[in-house]
Amino acid sequence: MRDQIEISKGIDWLMVWLYVILVSIGILCIYSVEYRQDESFFNTVFSLNKNYSRQLLFAVICGIVATFILLTDSKLFTAMANISYVFGIILILATFVIGRDINGSKSWIPLGFFNLQPIELCKIFTALALAKFLSRPETNFEKSSSQIIAGAIVLTPAALSILQNETGLALVYFAFLIPMYREGLPGIYLIIGFSLAILVVATILVEKNTLAIILTAIAIIMILSFKKTIKRNKSVLFLIIFLWGVSVGIQRFAVPYVFTKVLHPYQVERIMNTFGADYQPDQNAQKLTAEDQKEIEKLNEKKKATENYNVKQSKIAIGSGGFWGKGFLKGTQTQGDFVPEQHTDFIFTSVGENFGFWGSAVVVLLYVLFMLRIVNVAERQRSKFSRVYAYSIAAILFFHVSVNICMTVGLAPVIGITLPLMSYGGSSLLTFTILIFILIRLDADRQMILR
Amino acid sequence: MILAIGVIIIGRLFSLQVLDTKYSVLADEQGRFRKVVYPDRGILFDRKGRAILRNTVIYDLMVTPGKIRGMHMDTAAFCKILNIDTSEFRKRIITAIIKNKSYRPSVFESSLSDEMVARINESMYKWVPAFYLQERPVRDYPYDAAGNILGYLSEVTPEFLKAHDGEGYQSGDYAGKTGLERSYEKVLMGQRGIEYWKRDNKNRLTGKLDNGRFDTPAISGQNLHLALDIKLQMLGEKLMDNKVGAIVALDPRTGGVLAMVSSPTYKPNLLTGSERGKHIGQLLLDPRLPLMNRAVSATYSPGSTFKTLQALVGLQEGVITPTTTFLCTGAFYGCGRPMRCLDPGNFKLKEAITFSCNTYFANVMQRAIGNKAFSSPREALAAWDKYMYAFGLGHKLGIDMPSEKPGLIPTPALYDKMYPGMHWNFCTFKSVSIGQGEVNVTLLQVANEMAYLANKGWYITPHMVDSIDGGDKYGLLDSFKMRHRPLNIPDSVFEAVQDGMQGVMERGTGAAAKVPGIIVCGKTGTVENFYKGKKQKDHAFFGAFAPRENPRIAIAVICENAGFGASSSAPIASLMIEQYLKDSIPEPDRQARVEAISKMDLMPARILDAIRLRDSIRQAKALKLEKELMKKAKDTMDIRYEDDSELPDAPQKPEKEKESVPIKNVKDTVGFNAIIADKIKLPLQAISKS
Repeated sequence: MRDQIEISKGIDWLMVWLYVILVSIGILCIYSVEYRQDESFFNTVFSLNKNYSRQLLFAVICGIVATFILLTDSKLFTAMANISYVFGIILILATFVIGRDINGSKSWIPLGFFNLQPIELCKIFTALALAKFLSRPETNFEKSSSQIIAGAIVLTPAALSILQNETGLALVYFAFLIPMYREGLPGIYLIIGFSLAILVVATILVEKNTLAIILTAIAIIMILSFKKTIKRNKSVLFLIIFLWGVSVGIQRFAVPYVFTKVLHPYQVERIMNTFGADYQPDQNAQKLTAEDQKEIEKLNEKKKATENYNVKQSKIAIGSGGFWGKGFLKGTQTQGDFVPEQHTDFIFTSVGENFGFWGSAVVVLLYVLFMLRIVNVAERQRSKFSRVYAYSIAAILFFHVSVNICMTVGLAPVIGITLPLMSYGGSSLLTFTILIFILIRLDADRQMILR
Repeated sequence: MILAIGVIIIGRLFSLQVLDTKYSVLADEQGRFRKVVYPDRGILFDRKGRAILRNTVIYDLMVTPGKIRGMHMDTAAFCKILNIDTSEFRKRIITAIIKNKSYRPSVFESSLSDEMVARINESMYKWVPAFYLQERPVRDYPYDAAGNILGYLSEVTPEFLKAHDGEGYQSGDYAGKTGLERSYEKVLMGQRGIEYWKRDNKNRLTGKLDNGRFDTPAISGQNLHLALDIKLQMLGEKLMDNKVGAIVALDPRTGGVLAMVSSPTYKPNLLTGSERGKHIGQLLLDPRLPLMNRAVSATYSPGSTFKTLQALVGLQEGVITPTTTFLCTGAFYGCGRPMRCLDPGNFKLKEAITFSCNTYFANVMQRAIGNKAFSSPREALAAWDKYMYAFGLGHKLGIDMPSEKPGLIPTPALYDKMYPGMHWNFCTFKSVSIGQGEVNVTLLQVANEMAYLANKGWYITPHMVDSIDGGDKYGLLDSFKMRHRPLNIPDSVFEAVQDGMQGVMERGTGAAAKVPGIIVCGKTGTVENFYKGKKQKDHAFFGAFAPRENPRIAIAVICENAGFGASSSAPIASLMIEQYLKDSIPEPDRQARVEAISKMDLMPARILDAIRLRDSIRQAKALKLEKELMKKAKDTMDIRYEDDSELPDAPQKPEKEKESVPIKNVKDTVGFNAIIADKIKLPLQAISKS
């Protein structure tokens, strides 16, 4: 009894409950995807050949892992932070050697009954390492050298995952900019970062001349609207012209250069696909035969068709739910396997169809509540380590949830990232479990000063 | 930021799920399947409750190619049972995959024989789940008789679907094409059930939607009870073997059809099994027109059977009395050119009927047309027409069979058209008086005429169906419950005519048709006919009813080109009457007669010529072309595809003569008109088109 009291002491039960509820909803949804009228529940649940039964097993394993985490001393996490980060990077590197090819990305390590994706797991280590680095007494985050180191910690796994064809997961690492901002990273970096991201995406999606004209137009509007300031201070004009030059430069030269010279064509193609753009390699740079060209065109068309199909089916499934939904296990779209990858990336569609608007709204609100709670918890931490870590998690969750749901309702391009806690998949569930329970553990020890 | 994204997502969800309804429509379209459940078709019983058309089940062997993999199936053993080799097996599987994908079941072999089903069932356990037997309901004719009456089913055509929009038919369905299957389609088809199924992305049905909450069950079709006596029908078909012609037997008291034979006919079970397509092609190309129902669709000059009605007219109009005498010296000289007569003598009405005196009836009609009560021959003819229409001639009787023909009764308008600007009088159409010339009847009309005479002045519209199980919801039988008594002719008039008809059987032309122990009233008819301008052997007619008191059967028989009626039609009628009244033919010599008549070959020479022509090599080429045409026309074509107004539910449209492609093809080889047998073709067509 005493042990139990000690474990449960200081634990934030709201987060635990939110966690349990979301995981349960997830399993129910996976069950509804695989449910067939003529199959008995008890026959399939123990045979582990169905995704929901495996997910149930993962949930049990996660429960055990979570208990262990709650039993460990918080100091362990600070102590392990750097080593684990190195370990994570080694794991990612190891996939280049022993990785298994699943869905065109060689980022999985086969572990018998399930496949581990180190990039997923590395989010934990990166969060810990970042927290560790920022909470060091000798780190002065005002200095740009520190900022560069922090950036390197975050972007190394991202770069590696781009090399592994997991652009979607790489993007998640940009979420770490948020905790860094909280710790004093000047807002200008965020703005530059976001602007850069938008510029790159725009380069991929918009025809280059059109984009150049748009950029020029923006510059001219800026000059006109800051006329008075410019009269007083000529440097503003130069700044605007400089920014315009940089933007156009990136758009016309830097991005094409990286795409044609640095990255392999297949990687470029995958990045393009991430944003739903056609891949048209530069004929001058790449000597491609007419046949290759055709082949690529065909591939593009096919990819585009599948992607359109995915989004269309996803919207149909969600949209057909109506206000009250069709009822649990009554979704025709869910059971008809119309939505591809419904148990993983598109799990939200089964919520939308089975439970309708109110159900999906509740799920969205649960996530919002969860994230707000984490931010709230982050702010009450006394140690910087815990705070940075908490913000990291909030940011990761935020990125995952918003991108995933926006993708299913057709607001964002289809990027293969999971809906935390609900999507089927051992790696994903385990990663988020560890992320969240380390936070709960740290929060329980919020009186302690951790470095 | 978190809140902002939350609001954006929820807003988007609201617009997708609540405001936009297009997605649920799309979802229903792809996720739901409306499955039509076919009810059992109604069963047809004869007057004694014997099922003559019912449902049976045949089996198809189905295969799901995708499931064969990993089954370790003993293909060789499987092929041995099905009598195929392994390469054929592979071929069929590949065809199935190409046609229907590997995850959907396809037909591996259709319409298995009973023996095959038993053998497959024995070792079925080795082949599940890749193979299974699927039931398919088909129509079954237990007596394999009465094909022309009962009709058959065929796939619905786009025109049919258009005409029956909203009645639950869909493409691929079967509907009654001919006979009673067609007339009573509405009652026989029952009410289709609808089941809603869930369907997956590969178009497979996965389960019932909401456990069948929205389903409507199928309601079986209603059974029909026919007036038909199947034993009598089978005897009739047997007697008509090797002949071209028809028999119609009616119950004069009810108007119910006891038998309706059209020969040559076909075995109806030929059109149900797997070979259906082949058989229907053969039947459609047969110059003997086996699919045609000669009892209602062919028209003939009635010949002497018509005289009985002339006697009625004469007596009723008062132009003769039963004792009026005319002298026949061997021909009728009333109109210049003499009209030949068979038995010279001095006749009263009774004798005139008994010996079928042409001169007598020419005189009767001459008097009727020249009647002083009317100002002109045209008025007199119009009055005469009224009688004929009252007797059920010159218009469709309204039997519950498709493709009934109206026949033809000459009207003043017809003669105006034939002889424009000229005067015409009785002498113009004197042959009408003896049932030749511009008068055409169906055999059904002759039988009905006999019923009219038997009942002494009334008839009920002839009909096949007496009652419908579960009630006549559409009022299909309403017109069969009324007695038609169009004229008030006293019984004495009928007695006189019946005397004459009784005489026919005892002393006259119908002596060969006597039935032991039963008083039969009858009338023979010998009808001249032409084919391609060449005179053919006469058609043999016979009409009768029996017994004279309380008549229970009225019958009409025609044997085309059989010569004098006494040797064919009359004995056939007599045997039919006996079978019906005694329910059997007890005496051995009468039995022997049945066999003899059945074997008697009266196939007309022109038909044999046509068959020979068809089989010749030169013709074979032309036929090949026809077959291709036929393929295009599919077997959905009726031999006589008329307007759907023929079906009892549709409003009667103005009549149109519409001939299908196949019939035109046949016409080229045999001359369809020949069978309708008439001297004057041109005006007939002119009439029917006007």
